[in-house]
Amino acid sequence: MGELTSDAVAEPGSELRPGDPERVGPRWLRRLLGLDAITIAHLRPVLSRALRATGRGVLIVATAVLSLVLFVATALATAFILLGVGMLLLPLLTPLVRRLTGLCRELAARSGVAIATPYLPGRPSEPGVVGWVQRCRLILTDPASWRDLLFLLLNVVVGFALGLLPATLLAYAVEGLLLSSGFWMLIRESGVDFWYGFTPMDSWPRAALGALVSLTVFVVWLAAAPRLVAGHAHFAKALLGPSERALTASRMRHLSETRSDVINIQATELRRIERDLHDGAQARLVAIGMKLGAATRQLRTNPDAAEILLVDARNATASALEELRCLIRGIHPPVLAERGLADAVQAIALESPIDVDVTADVPGRLAAPAESAAYFAISELLTNIVKHANADRASIDLRHQDGALRAVVVDNGQGGVDAGAGTGIRGIERRCATFDGTFVLSSPEGGPTIATLELPCALYSPRISSC
Amino acid sequence: MRVVLAEDLFLLRQGMVQLLESYDFEIVAAVDSGPALLDALVTLRPEVAVVDVRLPPTFTDEGLQAALEARRRCPGFPVLVLSQHVEQLYAKELLADASGGIGYLLKDRVLNCDQFVDAIRRVADGGTAMDPQVISQLLAVRSRREPLSMLTPREREVLELMAEGCSNTAIAQRLVVSQGAVAKYTTSLFAKLDLAPADDSNRRVLAVLAYLNNTRVDVS
Repeated sequence: MGELTSDAVAEPGSELRPGDPERVGPRWLRRLLGLDAITIAHLRPVLSRALRATGRGVLIVATAVLSLVLFVATALATAFILLGVGMLLLPLLTPLVRRLTGLCRELAARSGVAIATPYLPGRPSEPGVVGWVQRCRLILTDPASWRDLLFLLLNVVVGFALGLLPATLLAYAVEGLLLSSGFWMLIRESGVDFWYGFTPMDSWPRAALGALVSLTVFVVWLAAAPRLVAGHAHFAKALLGPSERALTASRMRHLSETRSDVINIQATELRRIERDLHDGAQARLVAIGMKLGAATRQLRTNPDAAEILLVDARNATASALEELRCLIRGIHPPVLAERGLADAVQAIALESPIDVDVTADVPGRLAAPAESAAYFAISELLTNIVKHANADRASIDLRHQDGALRAVVVDNGQGGVDAGAGTGIRGIERRCATFDGTFVLSSPEGGPTIATLELPCALYSPRISSC
Repeated sequence: MRVVLAEDLFLLRQGMVQLLESYDFEIVAAVDSGPALLDALVTLRPEVAVVDVRLPPTFTDEGLQAALEARRRCPGFPVLVLSQHVEQLYAKELLADASGGIGYLLKDRVLNCDQFVDAIRRVADGGTAMDPQVISQLLAVRSRREPLSMLTPREREVLELMAEGCSNTAIAQRLVVSQGAVAKYTTSLFAKLDLAPADDSNRRVLAVLAYLNNTRVDVS
């Protein structure tokens, strides 16, 4: 069939040249089918695409029929909700409706249209009648339920029409080809006056005309089938995807969750800093003051003892400084402030007891909060690798592209990291979430472990500090 | 000795000026920002510069950049870099040109005036003064799988002091042993680490630091 088509549509004199496939086939046809050239090799995927679309079309027709049944049932159940029958039926019907709309979403996904599920998250319901009523309420108050109902109603018509058309076109083209290849003679012998398209099929010239018509229908089917099915996918998206309002609601849920996370993390951090200062530097300064006081008293009477006290006091200032340095590192590492993320990661790599390769493509400075979050996440990952992974090499790749920082940390350790086990990994996930970022950990048993972190953030030109 | 000092905190700057003057240094300029520092280095040509890493206007690593720039323009120009924290990354960058006359110390070291002044003099003479913390970090990272583990504790101590930039005399004083003993330790540890022996103590220091630094991943 493919060969026939390519012969029929090839322009006179335009042969297939291997180095120059651009010009094979007339331009309108290439455009119609979205192809660079009309050759068998090019047509094969188009043909299989159209066939698959036709198959999905048939399934869509099936959903249209089920839509009719479920629409009537659900509409009745909703109408009789106060009579109790509806109350009983609605929670039974809704899962079926959602199964059907789920199938439509899946079909749409096959056509390249991704549709998110818009339903409100189900709460664990109580047993018995109370739970049943709660479920009814949840279904009735979810705007997505009502949009589903509207979809069911419209899908009866739209799904039926858009789903059936590709199969009809194909069937008609095949019918024409069969007739014009000789079947018309059988039909004429049985005495029936048979027409195909606008030609009566009663002689070979007319059969040839019929073949031409069926070929045209075939080309139309090739081009139209995927588009018709995609059209249904877009129609489904309009009603089955989350509405603007549902999107806002889920965004608000996300924001309030991450906000409370941020507040908790911040409060814990402040508490830690307060405790460290209180037990560390503050206590040491008191000790230094006491030592200096004692030294002052003994300066005249016992200069040797005073000297020892003074040396002690000096050593204590050194320890206090050391503690403050550690604390500052934990709050915001100086090298991060001075050099930015790439060099700060380079610095922890240098201090790591295992070999760490750092590659970075971050031309400039990131927004300070994102920079800090990424730094601590990477630092935590590296610490984990050193402690638990049994690895001797790791690599870190940093790059900023498409408005986001992407960090990939790979080690050659034993793998098998359970993301749910440690609080560290959870902490990194939560920190990322506050930036609308993502953290993905892949750690098969035996390694390698690959951690990928993505934080949307702006990039500023180099050497401009926000201090 | 003519010194240029760069430190943005007024109290610290004044304190350091007083300290150095009491040790008979001549402070030809005490500046508080990166551009002023580079300017002073180029026009006044001091014998040594004492520089804080973080300086205005950006409060990033202005001082370090100015020091590196001065050494690019005038190789081997003696600079002692001071900071509230030490980073191996910076130490590596400062040592990259392997030409000596470089120091990198924590600001805490100022508390021990004699050793601090000694470090400045050493740097001005083309020697090296690395902070013990830099050295201990380097050793901590390297010692897991290196020939370093073959060193005796005493040799390790000698190596640490040598890497900080001490001469045999200074090492002998600090460890309270004879100079001959120090010479013996250095010979044996050079053999263990497979380093070419060098008579000049400054070259020897640079060789040790290069050994501790170089086989690590390249900073790109």
